[in-house]
Amino acid sequence: MPARISVARMTSEAETAFTVNGTTVRLGLDPRESLLDVLRERLGLTGAKKGCDHGQCGACTVHLDGRRVVSCLMPAVQANGRSVTTIEGVSGPGGELHPLQQAFVDHDALQCGYCTPGQVMSGLACIAEGHAGDDDEIREYMSGNLCRCGAYTGILAAVRAAATQWEG
Amino acid sequence: MHPFAYTAPATLADALRALSAAGPGTKVLAGGTTLYDLMKLDIETPSSVVDVHALRELTGIDTGGPGELSFGAGALMADVAEDPVLLSDYPALAESLAKAASQQLRNMATVGGNLLQRTRCAYFRGGPAFPCNKRRPGSGCGAIGGLDRGHALLGGSDACIATYPGDWAVALLAFDAVVDVAGPRGERTIALADLHLEPGVSPDREHTLEWDELIVRIRVPATPTGRGSTYHKIRDRESYAFALAAAAAAVALDDRGGVADCRIALGGVATRPWRCRAAERELIGGVLDEHSARRAGEAAFAGARPGTYNAFRVELGIRTVAEALRIAGERAVR
Repeated sequence: MPARISVARMTSEAETAFTVNGTTVRLGLDPRESLLDVLRERLGLTGAKKGCDHGQCGACTVHLDGRRVVSCLMPAVQANGRSVTTIEGVSGPGGELHPLQQAFVDHDALQCGYCTPGQVMSGLACIAEGHAGDDDEIREYMSGNLCRCGAYTGILAAVRAAATQWEG
Repeated sequence: MHPFAYTAPATLADALRALSAAGPGTKVLAGGTTLYDLMKLDIETPSSVVDVHALRELTGIDTGGPGELSFGAGALMADVAEDPVLLSDYPALAESLAKAASQQLRNMATVGGNLLQRTRCAYFRGGPAFPCNKRRPGSGCGAIGGLDRGHALLGGSDACIATYPGDWAVALLAFDAVVDVAGPRGERTIALADLHLEPGVSPDREHTLEWDELIVRIRVPATPTGRGSTYHKIRDRESYAFALAAAAAAVALDDRGGVADCRIALGGVATRPWRCRAAERELIGGVLDEHSARRAGEAAFAGARPGTYNAFRVELGIRTVAEALRIAGERAVR
């Protein structure tokens, strides 16, 4: 009896072009590949982290056309023609930290650091959306990013400080 | 993940043709937050996927007209949640979206796809290790007599007690929304009340759409009752969780404080979005106060059938309805 190998009906590749941190990339993608896997495994951008891989933890948060999304729940083919920003695209040209990244350092907003790239990407969007008006609003709009070290107090302080600095 | 054929048509007409051509094993992909998630778990195994996320034709939001509100099925949850007319005149609709998921997911998920979000039942999501009549008809139900803390109190059957997890459809149901559906035989309109099915003997059948049809639009009749509304959602944590109990409530009061109009629908406690006509009748024509609100909550849960670990949600649900009515009453137009 012949072995049944599902690879025999491998899905064909889809030509996909999008920009990542301002650089255009063109890839033939299996439509099963998540944006997160493409960023990490094909493009070497390992800043976005794989936590739950089911859209529940926020560690893989990136910006798509300026809006935050969880890259694990997005088939990478859906990025075609769009613009992706990852944590690698946030710091300055000389590697200097973005003010929100500096605020995370200043406010002790991380312990192990695994969730931090997602927290920073989410925090940037939270401020840009106008959802960092007060502590309750920041907590509500940062609730899609879990931190199992429990650095929430510091994360809240960092986002609040950066938001205030932005406005000032 | 199982392999599948992928197409991303450029127009709605092309998408409908692609859907018909690909056959009954096809799924429509929009935001992907349910479908792609379940494909990763091998719970959904479509032979082909028609991607409609980029169809601009489906993204319109029109809340400016006098007669109705209209939401393209492809509009993002985050965008509809912040529509100024919804925020001021239909807070229950805005809150049902804002209290669902996280901002990242609301930036991806569409208001049409959200209606058909599938259950979070752990036995359904858990895969072949567990029996599930929804996933594999005839295999049994792991939740009945099992870990049923989050399972349905209303609308269950001997085959399935999986909770319908959505919030938006619950709020829409309270406002008598309809959905416009496109397919190869043209467009038709279904009352939202007729979209979702109770599990009965065939829990694998969750809605009344044909496989080659696609939701293109959601419409809500305009009503001044919308101003006096809320979506009250009680969760294990304050944010970003599915409901233990939720209620959409809307109230309009006459000039002497009597209840002229009342809408109540339940989320997180039933196998489908659950309208509570008996509870509404309890209030209409009477006075809204702590006692009548409590009675309405009791009427809403009169048919509840708790299992092993979910009985606490009956009292929680009654109080959720009562509190939702209090909030709605404070906002109500006189």
